[in-house]
Amino acid sequence: MNAVIAFFVVLALVVVAWLGVGTADLRFLFGVILPYAGLGLFVVGIVYRILHWAASPVPFRIPTSCGQQKSLPWIKSAKLDNPHSFLGTVGRMALEVLCFRSLMRNTSSELREGPKIGYGPNLWLWVAGLAFHWSFLVILIRHFRYFTEPVPAVIAIVGELDGFFQVGLPILYLTDIFVVGALTYLFLRRVFIPQMRTISLVADYLALFLLLGITTTGVLLRYFTKTDIVAVKELAMGLMSFNPVIPDGIGVMFFIHLFLVSCLLAYFPISKLMHMGGVFLSPTRNLANNNRVRRHINPWNPKVKLHTYEEYEDEFRDVMKEAGLPLEKE
Amino acid sequence: MADKVIPPEELAKVDYNPGSRDWMDPTVEFRRGIYNYGAVPASTAYLGQPFSKKWQPIDDDWQLPDNWEEIIRNGFKERLDKYRSLKVFMDICVRCGACADKCHFYIGSGDPKNMPVLRAELMRSIYRNDFTTVGKIFGKLAGGRKLTKDVIKEWFSYFYQCTECRRCSVFCPYGIDTAEITMMGRELLNLLGLDIDWISTPAANCFRTGNHLGIQPHGFKDSVDFAVDDLEEIVGVRVDAPVNKKGAEILFVVPSADYFGDPHYFGFLGYMSLFHEIGLDYTFSTFASEGGNFGLFHSSDMMKRLNSKIYMEAKRLGVKWIIGAECGHMWRVLHQYMDTMNGPADFLEAPVSPITGTRFENASSTKMVHIAEFTADLIKHKKIKLDKSRNDNVRATFHDSCNPARAMGLLDEPRYVMNAVCNNFFEMPDNTIREQTFCCGSGSGVGTDENFEMRMRGGLPRANAVKYVQEKHDVNMLACICAIDKATLPPLLEYWVPGVEVCALHELVGNALVMKDEKKRTTDLRQEPLPGMEVTEDE
Ligand code: SF4
Ligand code: SF4
Repeated sequence: MNAVIAFFVVLALVVVAWLGVGTADLRFLFGVILPYAGLGLFVVGIVYRILHWAASPVPFRIPTSCGQQKSLPWIKSAKLDNPHSFLGTVGRMALEVLCFRSLMRNTSSELREGPKIGYGPNLWLWVAGLAFHWSFLVILIRHFRYFTEPVPAVIAIVGELDGFFQVGLPILYLTDIFVVGALTYLFLRRVFIPQMRTISLVADYLALFLLLGITTTGVLLRYFTKTDIVAVKELAMGLMSFNPVIPDGIGVMFFIHLFLVSCLLAYFPISKLMHMGGVFLSPTRNLANNNRVRRHINPWNPKVKLHTYEEYEDEFRDVMKEAGLPLEKE
Repeated sequence: MADKVIPPEELAKVDYNPGSRDWMDPTVEFRRGIYNYGAVPASTAYLGQPFSKKWQPIDDDWQLPDNWEEIIRNGFKERLDKYRSLKVFMDICVRCGACADKCHFYIGSGDPKNMPVLRAELMRSIYRNDFTTVGKIFGKLAGGRKLTKDVIKEWFSYFYQCTECRRCSVFCPYGIDTAEITMMGRELLNLLGLDIDWISTPAANCFRTGNHLGIQPHGFKDSVDFAVDDLEEIVGVRVDAPVNKKGAEILFVVPSADYFGDPHYFGFLGYMSLFHEIGLDYTFSTFASEGGNFGLFHSSDMMKRLNSKIYMEAKRLGVKWIIGAECGHMWRVLHQYMDTMNGPADFLEAPVSPITGTRFENASSTKMVHIAEFTADLIKHKKIKLDKSRNDNVRATFHDSCNPARAMGLLDEPRYVMNAVCNNFFEMPDNTIREQTFCCGSGSGVGTDENFEMRMRGGLPRANAVKYVQEKHDVNMLACICAIDKATLPPLLEYWVPGVEVCALHELVGNALVMKDEKKRTTDLRQEPLPGMEVTEDE
């Protein structure tokens, strides 16, 4: 049900762009105003969210230690999974952000007759996650050839590597396959694994469908409903130089693509996609496990009612005396 | 108890199909075996908790104060502002499901709301509805839920079906720690007077007498004297065990079950013989006679109140530094919270072992060393004589307690000790030890008799891994370093894996320790005959 709702929401967005450009010819709205608005909301939203999170302090240092601590000099510590230094923590975060270290540990458990519980590695989520995120990044970088003139060599190289196999014309980008494949997998597991179906909200499908919408329209634009690339670049450069123009010859499909991107940008800061920023602020990962070496300060460390030794001795003095325990006051 | 105990074969039939019921429906059913009793008013009142009252979870009316919604909202808001962890964890879960089958309560119960992700969503849905713009506008479509009395009951049910073990956090790509969410959830429930008895009463006892059983100073002294007598009978050496001694070099803090519980007590004998043998200048304290901190399961304020005694006492007695005994959640507090809450301990000195000269650099600020670190260092420097063969009747495995494993990373120290004191040590499967260790299922205040069924369910993965080594290596003993484990694993193993007993790491140390003037040992610290020991005489 949640999937259906999300599907129709994204479909509605497609239709809006279709009618908006195809019928009402609102090219300036869809080509200039909404992309600017989306980008604006994206930037402001992200900054706001990060500041909003950062406004709450980290009262306690609570890393989840995933390996041997640093204790005695002759015991080897897990410098990355249980870092005790700043550098180690940077390493841990890098592994987390670039390689999805924690997902790499994923297992699945199975309860069999006996009872016997078996555990096995379960790497599909990790693979699909990596495939999606990295491909998306590469695609993003490739897109910079529309926004730059001359196109920096790095961007051109990324594009060439991506089209390494030289299949088809225009040359097929590997990342296009990966991204659509990974998103499809991520969608299917939500639908077919009963537990995943239970926990999935409209928002989870919405993000997937938006991304799928963007990538499919992108693929269609590149391989099927060929668009006038020169005109698109003119539009992009115009946007970049705050001197927007709407050149002729750009098809409706492109505007649908652009509209979905604008929606994604606007939606990003208020959605779970903010995990991109949040992962850096997670206190179980971004702190060193050096609690007993360096005191962590809690800015609101409260005054609480304590029970002092004096009060204790006052209550128990007689029995303590009888038991021969030393006393402060006889 | 008159309760019918469900046979293990029945309990092991877990249905993982989440069914078609929408999780947003908060109704829960409290039935015997899967909930904990409400706190008695005497305890909550002693601690100064709000809305202290007589109540039970099976009551229809939970006697919530009139403005309960406002209390929850304000409390929630306050915690969002105080804890970045909570704020970030409320926002960034992508519901990828990686944590779902990592929770022992889910594996043992199949209840979808025991998947860590859904446990957190129980609170997140209220957060979305009340604190986010999208949630305020779109409500249920945005994953929001209205705060109702049923939600409170549901929270109570599932935040006490979480042992705050943090296993889920290991697997989450953002490190989302459901234990953190559970802790906040419990704090909110406490604001409405919904405390449970097995947290509040021990906490009240700790606050008053220094330990969770409410043992008064003379009682503590008696226990120690008793242990000294016992030890003399077993090893033939009369050890020194000072209590409240000013000017001792080291304050030694144990969880109180160590001097009262079984099998904890044998580990207690182990520490005492070890300290005597190396001539350590230490003291127990009656005032700080509990390292275990029930406040950890209640609220951060309570944790601070109970923990404060350790530094206060170290200061009063004028010791140089502190050793902490075997206890899991105690070490979470000592390692991750104590210095922040009750430090700085600038009146103490950075710990140096008087026997080996080792500086415990890793404890230079808190000045508190884990006994496994201390003993491992002694063994490494060959400062004690060990006769491993005295543990030959033991075929042991080692259970990593959640907190030392996932809040410290104390993994290899106890293993080093294990290997030094016994000949037969076998590890459980990889996915069930070290940072991936499975909880006993009874931690964080839910280890009660009335909660027996849920404990057996939650403990299934741990017990099952023990069963594996029992079948493969004939393991008959599970060593551990946690007071809750020692109390709750014996019934768990008896239920799922009969034939495997539980012991303290330092019980094995005590058994193997060769003391200078000892008599010939014919029994172990449990006073059970040591097979083969009479044979050595004729050699
Ligand atoms: S693993 Fe983390 S992100 Fe994934 S569902 Fe669990 S808590 Fe959410
Ligand atoms: S902290 Fe432990 S008990 Fe709680 S949800 Fe996570 S895995 Fe389950």
